[in-house]
Amino acid sequence: MSSPVDTSPGTGSGPTRKLPTRRGTELLMLAFATVIITFALMLVDANQGQELTLSIVWYGLSYLGVFTVAHVAVRYFAPYADPLILPCVALLNGIGLVMIYRIDLASAERAAQQDIAFTPDAPRQVVWTVIALALFLAVLVLIKDHRTLTRYAYTCGLLGFFALALPGLLPASVSEVNGAKVWVRIGPLGLQPGEFAKILLLIFFAAFLVSKRDLFMSAGKRVLGIEWPRPRDLGPIVLATGAALAIFVLLKDLGQALLLFGMVLMLIYVATERAIWIFVGLVPFAAGCVIAYNLFTHVQQRTRNWLDPLATYDEPGGGYQNAQALFGLGTGGVAGTGLGAGRPEMVPLSKTDFIAAAIGEEIGFIGLASVLMVYLILAMRGMRGALAVRDTFGKLLGGGLAFAITMQVFVVVGGVTSLIPMTGMTAPFLSYGGSSLLANYILVALLLRISDAARRPQQGGRPRGEQQKTPLSDTGTVLVERPS
Amino acid sequence: MPELVVQLTRAGFLALLWLFVLAALRVVRSDLYAASGVRTELPPSKRDKKQPKSRGGGGGKQPRQLIVTHGALAGTRIALDDRPILIGRADDSTLVLDDDYASTRHARLSMRGSDWYVEDLGSTNGTYLDRAKVTAPLRVPLGVPIRIGKTVIELRP
Repeated sequence: MSSPVDTSPGTGSGPTRKLPTRRGTELLMLAFATVIITFALMLVDANQGQELTLSIVWYGLSYLGVFTVAHVAVRYFAPYADPLILPCVALLNGIGLVMIYRIDLASAERAAQQDIAFTPDAPRQVVWTVIALALFLAVLVLIKDHRTLTRYAYTCGLLGFFALALPGLLPASVSEVNGAKVWVRIGPLGLQPGEFAKILLLIFFAAFLVSKRDLFMSAGKRVLGIEWPRPRDLGPIVLATGAALAIFVLLKDLGQALLLFGMVLMLIYVATERAIWIFVGLVPFAAGCVIAYNLFTHVQQRTRNWLDPLATYDEPGGGYQNAQALFGLGTGGVAGTGLGAGRPEMVPLSKTDFIAAAIGEEIGFIGLASVLMVYLILAMRGMRGALAVRDTFGKLLGGGLAFAITMQVFVVVGGVTSLIPMTGMTAPFLSYGGSSLLANYILVALLLRISDAARRPQQGGRPRGEQQKTPLSDTGTVLVERPS
Repeated sequence: MPELVVQLTRAGFLALLWLFVLAALRVVRSDLYAASGVRTELPPSKRDKKQPKSRGGGGGKQPRQLIVTHGALAGTRIALDDRPILIGRADDSTLVLDDDYASTRHARLSMRGSDWYVEDLGSTNGTYLDRAKVTAPLRVPLGVPIRIGKTVIELRP
C-alpha cells in the first residue's frame, strides 16, 4: 500500500497499463477497524465487570464477516472505488455499536434497580446495520453508472419532496415523536423519510444545476458587480429551497432544514464557482433565522439553552440536555474515563443525538478528535472522488454527498459541544437509528460509485464508449500533415 | 482488573484509534502519487522535478500526458496511451468539457506512428492549434496549446 505505484504518467502509456485497484488496502483497513472495535468491546465488558468470554471474538469476527461481504461486493461491482471510504464507515459504525451496547448495559442496570422492563437497543442496531449493508449492496449493484441517475432527476425531486412532506400530512399519532413530526410509524417499525429525502433531493438539485449551469454562468444582467441569473432559471431552485424549508419548519425539525439549505447553497457554489452565491444565500438564511426565532418558541428556547445551559437547567425543555452533555465532556477531559468506566447514560438521548457526548466522556478529547478525523477523512475522500470524476453531475453529486456528511457532523457535534444551538440530528453512522443508518449507507454507496468512476481507466468499462468508437472515431478521415 | 492494566488499555485504545487515522492518512499520501487516469495538480515529486529540465529543448521527447492549462477543468491530467482522446461535451468523451463554447463532439486527438494529431469533429466554434484553426488533422508538438472554447490543453512529456 505504501509503494507509490506507477507514479509517472510516463510509465502509464501503453494499452495494457493496469491501475492498482487498492482493494487489498481496503481489506487491510477493514481488518484494522475490526481489531479496534473488538478491543473496544473487550474494554467495555472488562470495565463493566462483565465476564470476558470468547464470544467477544465471535462478535468481532462476525462484524468483520459482514463488512467483508460489503468489501467483496465493492471488489466486484466497483473495483476502482476509493479504498478508505468503507473502512472509515465501518469504524464509525462499529464505535457507534459499541457505545450503544455500553449505554444499554448501564440502562439495563438502572432498569433492574427500578424494576422496569428494558429492551436493549444494540441488537436492533445490529439488525439495522445488516439491512443497511444489504441496501448498500443493492445500490452498488443496481446503479452501474451514477450518470443514469440524471434520468430520474425529476422523479427523485418529486419523491424527495413527497417523503419530506409525508410526516407532516399524516396524523400526529403516526408521525410525532418528542415534538418533531418527522416519523412514519407502522406498528413497531419507525422510519424517518426525511433522511432519504436528503439524498433524493441532492440528486435532483445536482442534475438540475448541471442542466441549467450554462444559464447560471452566462446569462443575466450585471447589477452591483454581480451577474444575476434570470429569475426564471433561478426560480425553481429558490422555490424548491423555500418549499423544503417551509416543510421542515412545519415539521419542527430545524436540523434537517439547516442541512438542506446548506447543501443547496454548496451545490450552487460548486456549480457556478462564484463565492458571491454564498453571501447571497446567507441573506435569506439570516432572515430565516430571525423569522424562526420570532415565530417559534422552541427556537428561542434552544437559543437560550445554548447561551447559558445552566440558567435554564430546570425548565421543561431547558438546558438540562446541553448541560449534561457538557458535564459528560468535562468528566471525560483530555483522555477520557476509559471505555465502560464513565456514566454516559446520564446524558439524555445519549444513544442518538448526544452520542458525541457519550463518546467524548469515555474516550476523551483525544478519542473524540480521532473520531472527527475519521469523519474528515471520509468527507475528504468523497470530495476527492468528486474532484477527479470527469462529468459535472458526478462532481456536484459527489461534492454534495460528501458535504452532507460534513454538515451533519458539524451540526450535531457543534450542538453537543454548544458551539451552535442544539438542533436534533443524528451523527452519521454513530447514532442509534435505522433511517439514518440506511440513508447514510445509500449515500456511501453512491460516493463509492462516483469514486469508482473517477479512478476507472478512461475507455475500458465505459458503457457507450465502445459503440461510439466505431462510427465517429474510426470513420475514414485522412491524416494530412499541413505543410509548415 | 488491576488499575495498571486499566490505564494501559485505555491509553492503548486511544493509540489504536489514532493509528487507524495515521494509516488512513498514509493511504491518502501514497494515493496522491499513485497513477490514475485523471489527476489533479500535485506538488511535484522528485521525478517530476527532474523531467522539465531535461525536457528543455523539446526535441525527441514523447508526449505522455495531456494537461488542461486553462478553463473549468484546469489542472486535470490524462495519461496518454495509444488510444484516441475524444474531447467534447458528450458524456462519453475522454475529456468531458462543460464549456458553453464547446460542441458535443468537438475534437479528437489520436496517435499515428509516434505523433499525436488533432482533428476537429465539425465543431461550431472551431479548434485552434496555437493560433491556427484546425481544418485538417494537424500534428501536435509538445507544449503547444490547443484551444477548444474556453479550454486550453497541452501535450506534455
